[in-house]
Amino acid sequence: MAFVTANWNPLGEAFYRKVELFDMSWTLKEGLRECLIAAAPYGGPIALLKGFQRRSPSTRPQLEIYSSSGVPMASFPWKSGLVKQLGWTVSDDLLCVQEDGTVLVYDLLGGFKRHFSMGNEVSQSQVMETKIFHSPYGTGVAILTGALRFTLATNIDDIKLRRLPEVPGLDGAPTCWAVLSQDRQSKVLVANGSHLFILDNTSCTPVTPPGLSPQASSVLHMCVSFSYKYLALLTDSGHVWMGTSNLKEKVSEVDTSIRTPPKQMAWCRRPKSQQSSVVIMWDRLLLVVGECKETIQYLLDSDSVLVPEMDGVRIINETHHELLQEVPVACEEIFKIASMAPGALLLEAHKEYEKESQKADEYLREIKEQNLLAEAVKQCVEAAGHEYEPETQKTLLRAASFGKCFLSNFPPELFVSMCRDLRVLNAVRDYTVGMPLTHTQFKQMTIQVLIDRLVHRKLYPLAIEVCRYLKTPEYQGVSRVLKHWACYKVQQREESDEVIARTVNMRLADASGISYSEIATKAYESGRTELAIKLLEYEPRSGEQVPLLLKMKKSPLALSKAIESGDTDLVYTVVMYLKNELNRGDFFMMLRNQPVALSLYRQFCKHQELDTLKDLFNQDDDHQELGNYYVKASYKEPRLEARVSLLQSAVDEFYKAKNEFAAKATEEEMRLLRFQRKLEEEKSEPLVGFSLHDTITALLSVGLHKHAEQLYKDFRVSDKRFWWLKLKALAEKGDWEELEKFAKSKKSPIGYLPFVEVCIKHHNKHEASKYVSRVTPEQKVKAHLAVGDLQSATEAAIERRNESEIITVLSRCSATTDVILVERLNRAKATAAKK
Amino acid sequence: MASHLSYGRVNLNILREAARRDLREFLDKCSGSKAIVWDEYLTGPFGLIAQYSLLKEHEVEKMFTLKGGHIPSAAVKNIVFFVRPRLELMDIIAENVASEDKLQPPRDFHILFVPRRSLLCEQRLKEKGVLNSFTNIDEYILDLIPYDSDLLSMESENSFRECYLENDQTSLYHTAKGLMTLQALYGTIPQIFGKGECARHVANMMLRMKREFAGTLIPTLPVFDTLLLLDRNVDLLTPLATQLTYEGLIDEVYGITNGYVKLPPEKFAQKKQEEGGKDLPTEPKKLQLNSAEELYAEIRDKNFNAVGAALSKKAKIISAAFEERHNAKTVGEIKQFVSQLPHMQAARSSLANHTSIAELIKDITTSEVFFDNLTVEQEFMTGVDTDKVCMYIEDCIAQKDPLIKILRLVCMQSVCNNGLKQKLLDYYKREILQTYGYEHILTLNNLEKVGLLKPQSTMRNNYPTIRKTLKLWMEDTNEQNPNDISYVYSGYAPLSVRLTQLLARPGWRSIEEVLKMLPGPHFEERQQLPAGLHKKRQPGENRTTLVFFLGGVTYAEVAALRFLSQMEDSGTEYIIATTKLINGTSWIKSLMDHPEAPLF
Repeated sequence: MAFVTANWNPLGEAFYRKVELFDMSWTLKEGLRECLIAAAPYGGPIALLKGFQRRSPSTRPQLEIYSSSGVPMASFPWKSGLVKQLGWTVSDDLLCVQEDGTVLVYDLLGGFKRHFSMGNEVSQSQVMETKIFHSPYGTGVAILTGALRFTLATNIDDIKLRRLPEVPGLDGAPTCWAVLSQDRQSKVLVANGSHLFILDNTSCTPVTPPGLSPQASSVLHMCVSFSYKYLALLTDSGHVWMGTSNLKEKVSEVDTSIRTPPKQMAWCRRPKSQQSSVVIMWDRLLLVVGECKETIQYLLDSDSVLVPEMDGVRIINETHHELLQEVPVACEEIFKIASMAPGALLLEAHKEYEKESQKADEYLREIKEQNLLAEAVKQCVEAAGHEYEPETQKTLLRAASFGKCFLSNFPPELFVSMCRDLRVLNAVRDYTVGMPLTHTQFKQMTIQVLIDRLVHRKLYPLAIEVCRYLKTPEYQGVSRVLKHWACYKVQQREESDEVIARTVNMRLADASGISYSEIATKAYESGRTELAIKLLEYEPRSGEQVPLLLKMKKSPLALSKAIESGDTDLVYTVVMYLKNELNRGDFFMMLRNQPVALSLYRQFCKHQELDTLKDLFNQDDDHQELGNYYVKASYKEPRLEARVSLLQSAVDEFYKAKNEFAAKATEEEMRLLRFQRKLEEEKSEPLVGFSLHDTITALLSVGLHKHAEQLYKDFRVSDKRFWWLKLKALAEKGDWEELEKFAKSKKSPIGYLPFVEVCIKHHNKHEASKYVSRVTPEQKVKAHLAVGDLQSATEAAIERRNESEIITVLSRCSATTDVILVERLNRAKATAAKK
Repeated sequence: MASHLSYGRVNLNILREAARRDLREFLDKCSGSKAIVWDEYLTGPFGLIAQYSLLKEHEVEKMFTLKGGHIPSAAVKNIVFFVRPRLELMDIIAENVASEDKLQPPRDFHILFVPRRSLLCEQRLKEKGVLNSFTNIDEYILDLIPYDSDLLSMESENSFRECYLENDQTSLYHTAKGLMTLQALYGTIPQIFGKGECARHVANMMLRMKREFAGTLIPTLPVFDTLLLLDRNVDLLTPLATQLTYEGLIDEVYGITNGYVKLPPEKFAQKKQEEGGKDLPTEPKKLQLNSAEELYAEIRDKNFNAVGAALSKKAKIISAAFEERHNAKTVGEIKQFVSQLPHMQAARSSLANHTSIAELIKDITTSEVFFDNLTVEQEFMTGVDTDKVCMYIEDCIAQKDPLIKILRLVCMQSVCNNGLKQKLLDYYKREILQTYGYEHILTLNNLEKVGLLKPQSTMRNNYPTIRKTLKLWMEDTNEQNPNDISYVYSGYAPLSVRLTQLLARPGWRSIEEVLKMLPGPHFEERQQLPAGLHKKRQPGENRTTLVFFLGGVTYAEVAALRFLSQMEDSGTEYIIATTKLINGTSWIKSLMDHPEAPLF
């Protein structure tokens, strides 16, 4: 503990510390000399290309990929063209930019993924220099060509090449350049001697950094901070100029008195810090330059590489991997010698407490008296987050926990989540994993990305542990990891389909929200159709299975899966696909075995392809439906002959379907049509298409009684119906004479009340009363009332001694005019009721 | 505007708001001024979700009806098609797009499929070469539309026909999806009961979808305790009977579409106009009917015979309230009176409206025709002479009464007799064909296919057993102060609702035998709830059951369920969902086939 500050160096107001991250486990024969090297930020992997300038096929360069701790992950001889630059994307892919402008993309285990070109112009004039950069839009590539022009792609996943304007007066390679990200645009800052230019899409603007030392005649090196906010320039006079990257403000300028060009330069600045500093590396010297005149110097004993991070700079050399950073405020407060900050006092109190010394109480009192205990706990928790040694973390957390005991309502989340985070961080910092993330970086990259990175490294068990430990929702956590695992698993050729399918299902069984179809697609893409089918069996979303099954030409299975999903649109899609794919016979056969698909296809045909519909019914020997089909078709036919012949087809089908009724009814219709046609020709009365009822009505209304009679007999119309029909037709026509004749022709099967009522409906009281006498006794009262004869109605009702009829009559009597009737009725009602 | 939706046991406004939010999001996706081209069928259902004002707020400037040819000119940046995924409509859209005037400034095209996008339709647009003309192709998932505070409808007119006649289960897929949406908003429904083939299919799809969605759903405390899925063909009888509740009769007589009714205008002439001019309004009076109207909520589910009394009681209360003004002496009292005025005036105009409607309906219910018809219906339902030719039906055919009336009666006789003797069936059919025309042979065939008409099989008529066991006929029905659901049909207790009632208490196990007589399987499923979401019921707290009628429900059935919810000791409150609100007429109509007329 006493040595926590041993590696601290003061610079102005702040302290800097260099923390050892790893002893590199790699063994490099030639060190880092003579090789291209790229290390990804956020503790990402390291790529090395040894002997990259070799061109002879006998000694190919070797590409090697290591974790941050130097554990080898991939190694293979480089067989493509001359590589100018290596770099990593935000999603852990390695970019190798070749001299001809082709960019090859590998995954971090050395698997080739794809390649793309930076355009014709670049391939013609060749790549001179290149820089790979990250922006909110993804990973970008900037190239300076042999023609001294810049070409830029801001996002390699969605390549839009931009060729920047020419730099005036440039006749050789510029002394240095950098990519800036400003105003949602990527720009290039170029130094040509003492001149500086900013290039954007359309223009080239000369710029002058405010307050740049007049002794400088050339800018030797420049670097942009991780956040693109700050810029540092190193001039040939040995001055370091630091300011904002828009070149509007100067922060400081320090004279290093070193005039040789450095190897590398990087910002070393933690977010929200008041301090600015830049790390500059020469062959054997590392310099930290801040806002004051002093600098911190470290001697280097071998070739090293600087990797800028958001909150510091990592330094990698042959044997070691270190992090150089400004000491975080919380740590400084607690560990600074003779600090009286609340956190420092709490740590001290806890130490005394462990020693069982009463001094613990004194320290605690001191904090509590200032009301700073909560502050102290917070400081300790925060500082623990920034410490790399688990022992130090524990000491600080224990102190925090101790302090918490004396606070009544301190929210627990801060402490709990820090413990969790640290547990995860310590796990991934282990050299076998090799991701030296700081807590600040971890919070910035989010747990999602961390899990992705573990998955990229195929560290599935650890990823799952992390998800479970941090209680990430299953869908985003465990399930996602398992899916990646399964996609990887299905590509392992040495295992049989059965074994893989079983293993995958076993592992994935309890996880929810897994898309098996995605895994199956992977299997299919790697040529394992059988495995893909097996895996699809496990897919709960039937809908998801269908497109892949179709792609794999497993159409019967696709059809049954589509049906299983219940999504009729999907069924239609497969059916339409099959229709084009199969010959008609096979297609129909397949439908026949799938009733759901068949009825949907029938629906489709009904609206779109009537002829096919007929064929379908034919195939199934569905004579009833065929009959219906012909009936429908007959109505579309303007010519009577055609219509009748279609109906004849319907009759045949109905007989085959043993539907005697339909057959007979259809034959009857044919007879009726012929009759109507004949009569239409003879009498020029429009009749065709009428129902039998309407035909007879029409005939009666034009006085063709004979013909009407004939239809009545031929078609065996029931007497009742005929009588009603004729009654209404004659009344409608006002042929009262004929009506009377009809009424007398024989005994009416419908009685005579209808006669009374129909006449009244046509406002003919006179005719109506003719029939009242013939009405049956039961209906007499109704008949009298219908013609408005209250007197007779009263008589009839009283005679029948029917209470409800008496009441009906009463309701029609008026209390003033029909006094006598009312009286009689009331009396009769009383006796009827008594009975 | 839709606040009445939030007052029920379950706040259905959440669903409506979710639907509105999706609509706004889509409209904002097509930035700039726009014109909507409507699939006419959708305008009614959309009216229940959003008024024109919402569309206007999102720069909808013009609305057209989808038809062939080219779209009327409108100076807008976007043309948005709101359509169902149907091939016929795709052809029209393709025609619209292809005939777009090339000289005018180009307009962006968008399609919004309701309720779901369709690969088949997109394929068709591709074949027509217009698929790439669309900037946005999206779907608007509108399955269950909140119709009232306890009622959800999919407003899908033909779902009964599609499911039972054409074997097209598309609407069941939408139903299952709709229920998933509902569960996403209101929590997983732990218990599912069902009766019928379609119910089984929907439940299967739901259970599968649940597995599919596993892990993506945000767990919420379940609002519904039980879901009951009922096939309409389990109870074919109820919709055939004439509904006798107030709302049911309005629907029977005038038809309620998407919550609106159109009434003959004469009765609604404003009093003031009478003095001024004689011209009566000729446009039908359009009224919205829902529980937002206090009086309507009170009387809609009453038996019509009890409506008169309720209205006159209300009239007294209102006039008493207006009389209050004479008692108002102090400024404070007057102020209070005035503050209540708008509410009172609304109540008075609502009373006037419903008095007029009740008078219109009374003219019909007191007519002889109505009485005779009802008598026959009740005879059938009580099992009187269901195996003989019915004189009344014969007479009605002879007088060529409306065909649908005949079909309702014949179907009812068939259902109440578990099929008609072949000879009797053929007789009716022949009478119908001779009177109304041979083309109806197709309709009759349809009715046979769905089981509304059928020849009697050798099996014994089991309707009497069903009627007795389920107590479908109650002799002493009290229409004024009902004590049983049978009041909605003045004696007949709707079978579907009886099943629902018995499920809650004592449970279906007690009626296994009868359930076996009704078509389709009956089943029970349980859906596992995430740990910690098990509802702790307060003592005396009611259970909430969602009853889903696949293939339609009548207003009288809805009324009966509301009656059950309100019964003190029922212990269950019901929310009702359906594919469509139907009545016998609209239902039979949906099953009719009209062959296209000959062209000469």
